[in-house]
Amino acid sequence: MISNLSSDYVFLLAAILFALGAMGVVIRRNILFMLIAVEIMLNSAGLAFIAAGAKWAQADGQIMFLFILSMAAAEVSVGLALIMQIFHQHKTLDVDELEQLRGDRK
Amino acid sequence: MDVFFYIAAAVAIISTVLVITRKHPVHALLYLIVSFLAVAIIFYQLGAPFVAALEIVLYAGAIVVLFIFVVMMLNLGKETSLQEKTWLNLSTWLLPGILASILLIELVYLINTQPNSTITIAEVDPKAVALSLFGPYLIGVELAAMLLMAGVIGAAHIGQRKKKYWHRFLQEDEQ
Amino acid sequence: MENLIWLLPALPLFGFLLLAFLGSKFNREAIAFIGIGSVSLATIVSLYLAINFISSPPENGFISQTLWQWMQVNNFKVTITFHYDALSLVFVFVITFVGALIHLYSTEFMAHDEYYSRFFAYLNLFVCSMLILVLADNLVLLYLGWEGVGLCSYLLIGFWYKNIKNGIAAQKAFIITRIGDTSLAIGMFLLFKEFGTLTISEISQQAVSHSSSSITLIALLLFGGAVGKSAQLPLQTWLPDAMAGPSPVSALIHAATMVTAGVYLLARMHTIFELSPAAMHVVAAVGAATLLIAATSALAQKDIKRVLAYSTISQLGYMFLALGVGAWWAAIFHFMIHAFFKALLFLGAGTIIEAQHHEHNMFNMGGLKDKLPTVFKTFVIGSAALAALPLISAGFYSKDAIIWYSLTAQNGSPLLWLVAIIGSFITALYTTRMVVLTFYGTSKTSLSYQPGVRMHIPLIILAFLSVFAGFIELPHNFGHVTLFSGFVGKALPTTLLKIEPSESLFQLIAAIVCLVGILLGWKLYSSNREKVIDLESGGLFKFFFNGWYFDNLYKVLFQQPYFFLARINKNDIVDKSNDVIVGISSWLSNQLATSQTGSMRWYVMGIIAGAIMILTLQLVL
Repeated sequence: MISNLSSDYVFLLAAILFALGAMGVVIRRNILFMLIAVEIMLNSAGLAFIAAGAKWAQADGQIMFLFILSMAAAEVSVGLALIMQIFHQHKTLDVDELEQLRGDRK
Repeated sequence: MDVFFYIAAAVAIISTVLVITRKHPVHALLYLIVSFLAVAIIFYQLGAPFVAALEIVLYAGAIVVLFIFVVMMLNLGKETSLQEKTWLNLSTWLLPGILASILLIELVYLINTQPNSTITIAEVDPKAVALSLFGPYLIGVELAAMLLMAGVIGAAHIGQRKKKYWHRFLQEDEQ
Repeated sequence: MENLIWLLPALPLFGFLLLAFLGSKFNREAIAFIGIGSVSLATIVSLYLAINFISSPPENGFISQTLWQWMQVNNFKVTITFHYDALSLVFVFVITFVGALIHLYSTEFMAHDEYYSRFFAYLNLFVCSMLILVLADNLVLLYLGWEGVGLCSYLLIGFWYKNIKNGIAAQKAFIITRIGDTSLAIGMFLLFKEFGTLTISEISQQAVSHSSSSITLIALLLFGGAVGKSAQLPLQTWLPDAMAGPSPVSALIHAATMVTAGVYLLARMHTIFELSPAAMHVVAAVGAATLLIAATSALAQKDIKRVLAYSTISQLGYMFLALGVGAWWAAIFHFMIHAFFKALLFLGAGTIIEAQHHEHNMFNMGGLKDKLPTVFKTFVIGSAALAALPLISAGFYSKDAIIWYSLTAQNGSPLLWLVAIIGSFITALYTTRMVVLTFYGTSKTSLSYQPGVRMHIPLIILAFLSVFAGFIELPHNFGHVTLFSGFVGKALPTTLLKIEPSESLFQLIAAIVCLVGILLGWKLYSSNREKVIDLESGGLFKFFFNGWYFDNLYKVLFQQPYFFLARINKNDIVDKSNDVIVGISSWLSNQLATSQTGSMRWYVMGIIAGAIMILTLQLVL
């Protein structure tokens, strides 16, 4: 185990992972991939919390990670259920097909 | 011993890049597991062994397994990867790439403006986490419990295999 | 004894509640029993109270009974207290007695009406409200009764609401009396401001030693309320239209009782009026003007009920004239006699109309003398009282007192006397015209119906009273009986005379004028009917027929400007400025709505762009 580490590098890693996740959400048209990318983003946020907690040697960072974890679990379960429904009803996972979010514009 | 961190960080970045570029869902999920494992190592190095274990068990284990179940149930395979190939062209890459880059640059700049401090790692053991969790954060725990309950019920309800159902307003439009 | 006062309004109220909530459960006999029973019991109570009151008068001239405290705000305290004195006694007696007779009459008159229980419920509620009005110890309670009778009047004018004209007449009555009610309310506020109390006896005590310039204003505002309720100039236009209601309603509410509430109010507040001679002069002038206008209008009407309606306004004008000149007891005496004979006339008219296939036009009647003998006899007696036939009719004694006082009393003047005597002449003329056109001549239609005993009894009793009630008060040069003035004088100030010419001479003039009027009427109208129609086709008669065009005047003065304003403000000018805000936000919303592509990736891009913006802000700032 290392004893000394510049905290900047850890935050840098978290930033890179977050940017990659965000890019993943935008470039993919398949909802499943988008959900995976969202998981990456959540994980990077958790990483930043752990790093901050380590920096001040407090338990709070880890606790926030636990909350993020439970949130991610709930989000994934509901999100996957939605994906299954979308697939059953539209026979596709292409978000560009699902334009009902627009609503009726008059 | 910094080298462990750099190796794990490199693995995490590379596998994440691969996750967002793979065309086959199962491949992407496998790289995702690798990414999670690398991050778990970093957690361990940062003196959070409990969280590192949770990362492996819950993220790499439970959540990714859920994804794989769905991939299996929806029978996503070659057709999907072919489709992905047509979808992932340069024009779709470009603007999101630029945006994400700007975001990254800004984040990096912000991190660099902070005083560069060196962490003296001290392990925060699970006991301290638990004391804090069931002390000042008790309300948060309760709320998380409610959220999970809602997630369970919501997933069970939404995931039901129903026959094709249109909203009644849409149905009128159809006719 | 005093424990019984509360029963007076409570009995009709109980009848109303019973009929209103359980009316549909009862059969017609039970409804009639409850309707008449409650009022008859109240009559018995009122007779018992009256006998007690007269045989053993209370020391201070009144009995009061406090039931409970209604409300209290700081030093403003209102109690439910009934005040029973000689003035209340007269009104209570008339309301309950005439009311009971009219209830009895209604059981037959309305026998085939679909809404039998609703009718009696309203009538009972009316009697209850009217009793509260005349028994109230304070002005707030009086106002409760005042509004209650207004409501019942509205409900009963529009009783046959399926005909839209009745509904309009009801609304007209309600809205016009509301003007007066508002004036009364403002008068009450001012009274409270001046005296800090609304209890009538306390106001009377304080008023004597109170000198304030606002007394005249208060008196005029109170008089404004009386003008609305009692259909005096300029708010008289609602009463002729109020005849849209069933005839018993016209008899009870729009002739005998409710419209005299204004007379009661002025008599009750006499201390205020006595302090303001100017207001008294106004009252007398309005009364005189009203009696003349209404009498001439009555002369030209074709509808028998409208003749009676205008004659009611005219007789109310006499009462206000009496109040204005300071002849308090004469006004109350005329009120009582008028209640008897006018109820009689309306009930008679109702019977005639009912017997003539709902024919209202007198020119289509005639020859009913032999067909409806009882109605004829009683109607003629009532008409004699209305025309003030000398010596034998009660109307002569009450009206003669007013005419006499209009000259000699404190505020009297020769001009008022002249108006009163001309009014008396016209009254005799139109009364004769009404009787002749209705009962004499050739018969036009066959009878559809012969009135029964329940209609005849009230007519006979009222006819009896129309003759003999006058004998309780005879002029001092002629018998000199002062039972009534002596009795009511306990509650009202005595009438002061400023001059005392020979009373007999003026009585003779009044009697001759009346007889001339009757004879002229007989001569004019008993001739050929075509001639009468010719006679009345002149412009003056048209003017009279339309009630001096007051309705048209108000239409031009108030209705049309109001409609004009409403029309130009149809699009709500003030609202336009609000529309600008609505337009801007709507436009912005439309602009933003274009960003709603429904494409989830665009949304995610938007979120990322937002994140970039926030981070940029942090970098810059």
